[in-house]
Amino acid sequence: MQVTISIPTALRHFAGGNATIRVDAITTGEALEQLTALHPELRKHLFNDKNELRSFVNVYLNEEDVRHREGSSTPVNEGDSIMIVPSIAGGATAAPEVKNLPELSHEEIARYSRHLIMPEVGLVGQQRIKAASVLMIGTGGLGAPVGMYLAAAGVGRLGIVDFDVVEASNLQRQIIHGTADVGRPKIESARDRLREINPHIEIETHETRLTSENALRLFANYEIIVDGTDNFPTRYLVNDACVLTNKPNVYGSIFRFEGQASVFWAKRGACYRCLYPEPPPPGLVPSCAEGGVLGVLPGIVGAIQANETIKLILGAQDTLVNRLLVFDAWQMRFRELKLRKDPQCPVCGEQPTIKELIDYEAFCGLRQAPPTGELEEISATELQQQLQRGEDIQVIDVREPSEYQIARIAGTKLIPLNEVVNRMTEIDSTRQTVVHCKGGVRSAKAITALQQAGFPGRLINLRGGITAWSNEVDPTVPKY
Amino acid sequence: MIQITSGSLNEVARHAESDYPYECCGLLLGEFLESSKSVAEIFPISNAREEAAKRNRFLIRPDELRRGEEYAKGRNLAVVGFYHSHPDHPAEPSQYDLEHAWPIYSYVIVSVKSGQVAAIRSWEQEFDRSRFTEEVLEVREPAVSVAK
Repeated sequence: MQVTISIPTALRHFAGGNATIRVDAITTGEALEQLTALHPELRKHLFNDKNELRSFVNVYLNEEDVRHREGSSTPVNEGDSIMIVPSIAGGATAAPEVKNLPELSHEEIARYSRHLIMPEVGLVGQQRIKAASVLMIGTGGLGAPVGMYLAAAGVGRLGIVDFDVVEASNLQRQIIHGTADVGRPKIESARDRLREINPHIEIETHETRLTSENALRLFANYEIIVDGTDNFPTRYLVNDACVLTNKPNVYGSIFRFEGQASVFWAKRGACYRCLYPEPPPPGLVPSCAEGGVLGVLPGIVGAIQANETIKLILGAQDTLVNRLLVFDAWQMRFRELKLRKDPQCPVCGEQPTIKELIDYEAFCGLRQAPPTGELEEISATELQQQLQRGEDIQVIDVREPSEYQIARIAGTKLIPLNEVVNRMTEIDSTRQTVVHCKGGVRSAKAITALQQAGFPGRLINLRGGITAWSNEVDPTVPKY
Repeated sequence: MIQITSGSLNEVARHAESDYPYECCGLLLGEFLESSKSVAEIFPISNAREEAAKRNRFLIRPDELRRGEEYAKGRNLAVVGFYHSHPDHPAEPSQYDLEHAWPIYSYVIVSVKSGQVAAIRSWEQEFDRSRFTEEVLEVREPAVSVAK
């Protein structure tokens, strides 16, 4: 195939003064060979003495860098144009970043080749990734993509903290775990999967709950912490521990189809408390089990967290420090909010009052005596017996319509939790009323809310909700 | 020998000082003359290296070079060379500079010590790539002003 090679100005002197040269070839590599055969003086400016294209020489086939194609084996068509464009690189001699970085084996060089040929990473960047240590809190919805991408990227030492066990409902989004892993500790399933992705890295498992007693000690051994947790007390714990140990906290969170991501780093700006000084009242923000989540959403947010972690390792300037990325997967819109350190922040501000880790459950209001102390309760079995005896009981279901579609107890009336006070008059206060939800928590809240609103009738909470009903009374009712 | 207008030289110096302690970089636009070059304008580029490397490495990506060449063409100029700075280091090319250079171009290096320009020197690579040879850097006002 006849192709035209454009010669950069500086090299025209070595190409007989020509700005373009036509050669016959089937690949770009062959075209360059033809070119240097015609003009041997060009060769040393394009190739090093190992006959490899010099790293700063870029070859474009019809405006596309052949690195994004098949390199020197990229096929050419009749009439194609090849352009040789240099990157201009240089700098002073002393290169401190090269000292004390781990070498890469031949296998690793082959594995990370797509990183090595990028100027933003390069050999040194990959060595820094290998030298890096990252601790991931949680290996669930967010932790799954984070772990997998950091392992693939070659982060030298990955720590994972999780004490949970793989359940079937995890598999919709926690793609690090597979069907065969149901029932296994998540940490073992994650470790196995990551080892399979990349056997060259070290994986350290910490099968424990993260607490105020162990957090500082755990964090001390890693450079970067990734927050993949699913509850507020732990988020505040991770944040405070990161501030106290001066580590960056790569944050991600999800709710239904909205995601957030940021990098909290007290020495550079805002921490999590600067953004959210107080947790929401308990029960206001449902967990994934209660509110649901689009499975792919934590995949997107977690991949963003992995992206930011790698950029931090490489020393990139434009990370999400002091930026809150907010993303709506349904509308497919990204928004960004600027964050700033709050000078009054109790943990990272000018006069910090929090200098040790505290009781985060209490901070989030979860240690308040639950209202069930004064709440009348009934078990599923007892309720079934009373109904069978013909007792006059009305059963109110306070779950969401979508849940009612999946599974219901026969003869129940649906009034979702957030409507129950407004629709109070639909509940006959002269009859005995049993209130249920999925697990027993929302129904307890409904009862408290109704009593506080002045509902005069007798309200009884179904302990364990429809889940208990399925377990004890009627296994044909699906659990979800 | 490379001739450069005082305006362009000042811009190079200011760019080097403002990017300190990082290396700055940019293109020199002008004309190839009989046995010398003249620089009419400079085209500053943002150093594409990652933060940790910018203190002693610079990078102009090929797409940015092409952008500069397009601009130059539009003004009837050519890319005749490049400038970059050496923070707290002499205005002499390093081995790394040598390995990443091409002959014909002028490589202007600015030494910036503690935030202030200490020296500006220009270099050309020998055709055999063995070393750089320093060339005379002369400040010269343009005979005819460049069309805006």
